[in-house]
Amino acid sequence: MPAWLRLGPALLLGVAAAMLAALCVGRYPLPLADILRFLGAAAGLWEMPTREFDTLFNLIVRIRLPRVLAAVLVGMSLATAGAAFQGVFRNPLVSPGLLGVLAGAAFGAALGIVLDLPWAMVQLLAFLMGVAAVTVGVGIATLFGNGSVIMMVLGGVISGALFTSLLSMVKYVADPYNQLPAIVHWLMGSLALADLDQIGVLIIPIGIGVTLLCTLGRALDALTMGDDEARALGMPVQALRILIVALATLISALTVSLAGIIGWVGLIVPHIARLLVGPGNAALLPTSAALGAGFLLAADGISRTVATTEIPIGIVTELIGVIAFVLVLGRVRKGWL
Amino acid sequence: MAVSDTPRLVAHDIRHAYRGRVVLQGAGLTLRPGEVVALLGANGAGKSTLLRILLGLLRPTAGQVTLSGIPLAGYPRRRLAGLIAYVPQVHSTPFPYTVRQIVGMGRLPASGLFAAPSADDRTAVEQAIERLGIAHLADTPYTEISGGERQLALIARALAQGSRLLVMDEPASGLDYGNQIALLALLRSLAVDGYGILKTTHHPDHVLAGADRVALLRDGRIVADGKPAEVLTGQRLSELYGVAVAPVRLPDGRLIVAPRLPEEDR
Repeated sequence: MPAWLRLGPALLLGVAAAMLAALCVGRYPLPLADILRFLGAAAGLWEMPTREFDTLFNLIVRIRLPRVLAAVLVGMSLATAGAAFQGVFRNPLVSPGLLGVLAGAAFGAALGIVLDLPWAMVQLLAFLMGVAAVTVGVGIATLFGNGSVIMMVLGGVISGALFTSLLSMVKYVADPYNQLPAIVHWLMGSLALADLDQIGVLIIPIGIGVTLLCTLGRALDALTMGDDEARALGMPVQALRILIVALATLISALTVSLAGIIGWVGLIVPHIARLLVGPGNAALLPTSAALGAGFLLAADGISRTVATTEIPIGIVTELIGVIAFVLVLGRVRKGWL
Repeated sequence: MAVSDTPRLVAHDIRHAYRGRVVLQGAGLTLRPGEVVALLGANGAGKSTLLRILLGLLRPTAGQVTLSGIPLAGYPRRRLAGLIAYVPQVHSTPFPYTVRQIVGMGRLPASGLFAAPSADDRTAVEQAIERLGIAHLADTPYTEISGGERQLALIARALAQGSRLLVMDEPASGLDYGNQIALLALLRSLAVDGYGILKTTHHPDHVLAGADRVALLRDGRIVADGKPAEVLTGQRLSELYGVAVAPVRLPDGRLIVAPRLPEEDR
């Protein structure tokens, strides 16, 4: 049985438990019993007074569920993409932003905001520019270096720099009273704008992308041994690398369009997963996905509760990420990185 | 894993140029199951290039490599991986895979991209680990074992792959003296089991002690190919490496190569 199927039930249960816990947390803490009573009533298992049901429906389904689902989708995408990137680039210090997807998406969103586009168009532009930035990076690598790993990294650096400078230009011309704060706020990441309809659409490509990456775990193991060895093990190295980079880019760009830029998840979560299940990607990728979901649920819980106003989640993940990274550093010398 | 036919890997008059620089200019070589063939040559003679071409990792500018009479290009990548295995120079990995995970990668060509390891795969992995005597290391991270042990893990991976022909890039490099000798004995016993082994080496003594055949590669040409005792004359070795060196016959008939430093001439 594939590792991701074998681990599946435990990981899904863990994520479900984390989601229930996240539904309890907020400005108005809900006891778990209320949530379970509500879920039972919604499923038609038992009766509940209409007024109480409506109140709970509003709080749980309208207000909290979109954020919780968004946290799960964004967390698992970024963590899986991060683990996949670390494998492809044979470097445990790589994050999904390596090839410029975040820089591109940031430019796309900022451009949309400056052009006063409707929110959905801003998100679409963020997604498209994220994909475009990676295409530019990989294109440079293919043009000048046969798409080798080191050329891809350099291509990503160039592409990232290009889109970062474009972002600065857009920020410079943005209206400093309305548009600039909107851009800055978006760059800090937030799950506040997630709505159920949009999540219903995004769940399909993200689900497919994460699942496909998880099934490619063993092939990714071979890729981390270097091109010659992977080829001698029968792997179609170039096609595999492009496929994995494309899937990881797709799901990262989708998360950016959903929640802005949320850093550190893709870097730190795979490390924690590696401590738990070892470096074999067949187990590492699904574990990263589940832990990523849990990590972002926890970060969102903190961002909603520690202050009376919400703290942008990107700030929370960075703070937690830095602390977690320092703790993980102790393992570096033991060769776990 | 049993292979019914006897695959024969033959390089026919290989020529290769890279960015205008000629690396190989007429290299021919044959590898059969049951023999250890050594490829000897100075740095930059083209050994690694020839190895990569023999493995089908690099397409030569001219000439071709055939396996059982069929050009390598005619084999799907995965099928080829089941017939020839590559044992790279001892290296480190960016991630701390266990020895069992490393050996398990040898089953990828058999199971394919998406499939999980089957019971057969697991058996093949355990057998390979057993054969190399590294069962006690199976759950130890590859990054935490010695160079000699890593070499054994990489050879176990090649055996798990089920290929009869093993192509090894300087298997003795990075190994201490004792492990080098143990490696020679291991390669000999693998040849007795029916594996065909081609290895590059920098040690004429290893060739005399442990190879059935030796090919000398000089300036991109195979200049001699045959039994080590006949091929490795003082003149050939001196030409190959540009230093004064000659084989010496021991009282029991074995040959060893003794280097002579310039000062000793005075």
